[in-house]
Amino acid sequence: MNVSLNKIGKVTDFIISIFLNLVTPPIYSREILKAFYQIGWMSLPVLGLTALFTGGALALQIYAGGSRFNAEQVVPAIVAIGMARELGPVLGGLIVAARVASSIAAEIGTMKVTEQLDALTTLSTNPIKYLVVPRVLAATLSLPALIAIGDSIGILGGYLVGINRLDFSSSTYLASTASMLQISDIFSGIIKGVFFGFIIALSGCFNGFYASNGAEGVGKATKSAVVAACVFILATNYILTEAFFNS
Amino acid sequence: MIEIKNIHKTFAKQKVLDGVNMFVDQGSSTALIGTSGGGKSVILKILLGLIEPDEGEVFIDNVKVSHRDPGRTLSRIGMLFQGSALFDSLPVWQNICFKFLKGTEKLSGKDAKELAIQNLEKVGLNYKVANKFPADLSGGMKKRVALARAIVGNPKIILFDEPTTGLDPIMTNTINSLIREIVETMDVTTLTITHDISSVQQISDNVALLDSGRIRWEGKSKELKGSKDPYVFQFINGKHNGPINVN
Repeated sequence: MNVSLNKIGKVTDFIISIFLNLVTPPIYSREILKAFYQIGWMSLPVLGLTALFTGGALALQIYAGGSRFNAEQVVPAIVAIGMARELGPVLGGLIVAARVASSIAAEIGTMKVTEQLDALTTLSTNPIKYLVVPRVLAATLSLPALIAIGDSIGILGGYLVGINRLDFSSSTYLASTASMLQISDIFSGIIKGVFFGFIIALSGCFNGFYASNGAEGVGKATKSAVVAACVFILATNYILTEAFFNS
Repeated sequence: MIEIKNIHKTFAKQKVLDGVNMFVDQGSSTALIGTSGGGKSVILKILLGLIEPDEGEVFIDNVKVSHRDPGRTLSRIGMLFQGSALFDSLPVWQNICFKFLKGTEKLSGKDAKELAIQNLEKVGLNYKVANKFPADLSGGMKKRVALARAIVGNPKIILFDEPTTGLDPIMTNTINSLIREIVETMDVTTLTITHDISSVQQISDNVALLDSGRIRWEGKSKELKGSKDPYVFQFINGKHNGPINVN
């Protein structure tokens, strides 16, 4: 119990420290740009492939299920709504968590156990401001964009399967997608992305910052970062879905 | 000048420092020796403001070291870390002039590189090393680069944490000679943590022996080998039996 409370206290302290350093100078713009490149741009290929295959598989599954009720025509609408509301944000969040939270925790954790974080402080540089703030900013702002792109690619995957394997005409598929997909479906996923991005960066940075005991400690920190990010993404997703669609 | 007054520190119910008092006069060089895990590095981290003592105070040139605001005293201190603690992602010249590139005192990239090359020459490395990355350097070269980083900006106090650990005897002698030369030419106050008795006599004028969280002996380094003090005798002769608990 004491250990849990201690950890909650440390996380809270860490979050407060991030926000305080976010609004005070200096701003390390080069580090921020580098973080956007590494977290946002470099996540695009893996996210795009995941979304493409998920959209395609979703179209096949909905077609197979829908055919039991003679409801094959719902494929375009459910692929679009499913991708925008749930699969795009959640799968995007989990894929980016696996890729980014692990790399942040490993990088900062290694810096911690090799005294590079202490060295930063002795060189008059605040490690939270220099290492954590750029990563939190980049993940929080780039994940919504990644999710919007992932949604589009997922819908494209469904479309390609729909017209090539399920005998939909291109115009019918597109018209059905456009008529059923609402702006709130898209925005709910994008807003989820803001929360998921923050969770991913926080989990990676926090676990890296408190890594200890050499290589083994860095390994544990990396594992904890990914597990914590995934669990909190799924829990937050449920809470946000309740808030958006059941209120 | 460094003044340590009645410092106490406990980690997880284990008392590491139990009323340490120490005075290092302006321009003098002192070595702090003692068994592994005896709290020597903790003293350095308290001096840097990286760890807050449970009790007691530390003054650097009559300015109190504050854990909350270490910047007030850090600008006067250069630090050589045990494992060098060079930043893997930056070339050597940016490592050396980090505080002038990212810290509070700004220099242009060109001036910083020139300053880095000047400091590399002081530690016996040529300008070609400036563009290399830490991963491309040997252990001895990393120590010299870390030494160049510690002396850049002419600090008033330099702290050395195990400066020769892991180096061969020839490189150990080279590093010790460099430290001695730097101490004499820069007129700085130094505090060195080491286990190596020959290094103590080469680089420091005074010695303090720390055991079980307390300073047990203080004197001139040339008096060390002839000392009848039971703590000093046991330590320098590597005896298992004596007042120092080696378990």
